[in-house]
Amino acid sequence: MNPVFQIDFGAEERVVGIDLGTTNSLVAYMDLTHPSVIPGEDGDRLVPSVVSLGRGGEIIVGNQARKLLIHESSRTVYSIKRLMGKGIADVEGELKLFPFHVAEGSESVIRVSLGEKTFTPPEISAMILRQLKKNAEAHLGEPVTKAVITVPAYFNDAQRQATKDAGRIAGLEVLRLVNEPTAAALAYGLDKRKQGIVAVYDLGGGTFDISILKLHDGIFEVLATNGDTHLGGDDIDNLLIRIGLEDLLSEWGEDLSQDGEAVQLLRRAVIEAKERLSFAPSADIVFELRGRAFTRTITREVFEKLIVDIVNRTLGPCRACLADAGVTPERIDEVVLVGGSTRIPMVRAAVETLFRAKPHTDLNPDEVVALGAAVQAGILSGHVEDQLLLDVTPLSLGIEIMGGVVSQLIHRNSAIPASATQTFTTGVEGQRNVLIHVVQGERELVKDCRSLARFDLNGIPPLPAGMPRIEVRFLIDANGILSVTARDARTGVEQTVEIKPSYGLTDAQVEAMVEESIVNAEADFRARQVAEARVEADAILAATDKAKQSDAYLELSDRERKDISAAINMLLLAYHSDDHLIIREQIEKLNAATMALAENMMNTAVGRALKGKKI
Amino acid sequence: MPVCWNCGKPPRDIHFCADCGSLQPPPANYFDFFELERKLVLDAAELDRRFYALSRRLHPDVFFRRGERERQYSLDSTAILNDAYRTLKDPVKRAEYLLKENGFETGEQKSANVPPELLEEVFELNMALEESAKEEIAAALAKFAAMRGESDVEMARQFERYDQSRERGVLAEIRGLLNRRKYIQNLIETANGTR
Repeated sequence: MNPVFQIDFGAEERVVGIDLGTTNSLVAYMDLTHPSVIPGEDGDRLVPSVVSLGRGGEIIVGNQARKLLIHESSRTVYSIKRLMGKGIADVEGELKLFPFHVAEGSESVIRVSLGEKTFTPPEISAMILRQLKKNAEAHLGEPVTKAVITVPAYFNDAQRQATKDAGRIAGLEVLRLVNEPTAAALAYGLDKRKQGIVAVYDLGGGTFDISILKLHDGIFEVLATNGDTHLGGDDIDNLLIRIGLEDLLSEWGEDLSQDGEAVQLLRRAVIEAKERLSFAPSADIVFELRGRAFTRTITREVFEKLIVDIVNRTLGPCRACLADAGVTPERIDEVVLVGGSTRIPMVRAAVETLFRAKPHTDLNPDEVVALGAAVQAGILSGHVEDQLLLDVTPLSLGIEIMGGVVSQLIHRNSAIPASATQTFTTGVEGQRNVLIHVVQGERELVKDCRSLARFDLNGIPPLPAGMPRIEVRFLIDANGILSVTARDARTGVEQTVEIKPSYGLTDAQVEAMVEESIVNAEADFRARQVAEARVEADAILAATDKAKQSDAYLELSDRERKDISAAINMLLLAYHSDDHLIIREQIEKLNAATMALAENMMNTAVGRALKGKKI
Repeated sequence: MPVCWNCGKPPRDIHFCADCGSLQPPPANYFDFFELERKLVLDAAELDRRFYALSRRLHPDVFFRRGERERQYSLDSTAILNDAYRTLKDPVKRAEYLLKENGFETGEQKSANVPPELLEEVFELNMALEESAKEEIAAALAKFAAMRGESDVEMARQFERYDQSRERGVLAEIRGLLNRRKYIQNLIETANGTR
């Protein structure tokens, strides 16, 4: 037997599937034959994608952090996915609508402030991923280091790279990025139907995707995909918040738009009303602020008038996707709905009208993507056989040529992995390097496309202009991420390529963050120990305070009472120390000083109890 | 004669070693990759069948737990598989590919080089577009679509001729047809306003 077949690193190592969502994140795994979502410590299967920096420097994620959105809004962040792989210029519009506190000096990589610290979006996403990793480890009782993570199908290279970086910072090896709609199709196990064409309509918290797939005996072949990475439930919320703020201005005569707490309270109120409107003909937006209340009833009819533009914005990409896939709506056999926003009846109706098929809704639209990620994890680890995903790249890839024009190398909706080779030469005698500017997008001019990176081909042999022939190969891998290699066509020698990403982190920066996160993990641990010691100190101080009011206290000697007062003072001094050991030492001392007091109290209590009984 | 990188025996299968089963570096030629004869007439259903079968055997998902070298070959192979499938599926791209493989230049057709027999049509279309004359544009579109249909029929005929004769002269004729077809296609897109 040949060694090739035995190279099998840890055949049984678990690979989890993660849906890193705008609003909520989930982790799932293959439980024998079926994918299953892993609940968190609080039993909740959804981990809100909210991160807060505690006063003691500790990182708080999920439901706990969501509670802090109201009172700690300057230390708490949500919808961070909207900033992944973005530059500051991309998000100016967002910043008006979201309470992101962008730090100074955020040119190519945005830095978000949480209290006194700043973090990049991949670092914040990594905090969410670390929580999911922890949940999975607690549930499975084993370390989890490998994951499949989903991304919106319409994510560009920079957004995908940022997601992969987040995984690395969280200590996860990201085996694959899977497109969310494709994952959903896998979860539905639509292979039960051997052949057919399926449309997946995915309207999430912040992104919209449409994918059309052809099923073929267990092969899920994506024919085309389209979408909008800036369209989702968040937009509906922001619309309702704006109306709410206007109403409050006329009702209370107060502009609350700059009041972080008020906006977050209102946000929660409109989300509750929005969700009820999916089941009820009308709902109340109930808003309470510091003792004052405001209620506004909204009917489904009014709601639909408000959101019709948002719903219609999804239809353009759907039609473009049908055209690119080369299918007419009549040929769509099934439609799958993904994302919380597809619970809205108007969205369902629009999808039904467009595709002329009744959508599948049997799986929970919040969970279906994570389940699909778990299936893909099973495929990669060899637990799931006979199923294969063939995905496409959502955007065309090109390079800048003369006059700022784009020359397309790989067209959108090409199956991935995909590659293209282009030969470059020099323009001047003795030129030693060539700069290649790679862009992604569908427009003719570079300025209208998304700049991905600049590649510097260096070490070209000094020759007359036009003589060197450097063959550059652009490869988009199965994750939808680009890599570039080059070789001298005359000598066959591999050429070095230096990559300068236009947005996002360099490899070295990610590496530094990985290390920092380990250091931070220690700091987080210390901060938690301090916080726990303070909680204990609070408890003993309160108990002592109470005991001082009792008769038992009077029975103590002056000396004993003096010792207690001294111990209380020492603990109060130690209370603000950053070292939990110092706090604990004083807790112990107070404990010792109050020993006699506790005994006295116990005796009185026993005496009282005995007195009550008739012997 | 190439030998298997792993066991040193000559591989009998184009993608896998028949002895040790390890994945080999991919063949560069698209026809070789699909183990198809280098012909211009091609059975589309058979191409589809081979594409799915090869995807199952070569995709990186299948090689996840194998060695580094095979994983790299799998990535390279699948990239070529996808590129080759896209090219061979489409008759025009297939012909362009075969021409290129035979040393013919097939660059972008410059709009300045109007094929003389189309001069009049181009002039009429430009007039119609300038005046936004809907009927004339529609008429031009219908005419161009018919011309494209004719050139497709002629191309199919030449494809068969080449497959039988393997003469370079036929390839030269096909190149002329391709250029003309591309030109007509551009006109259709111009008239449609999609260009």
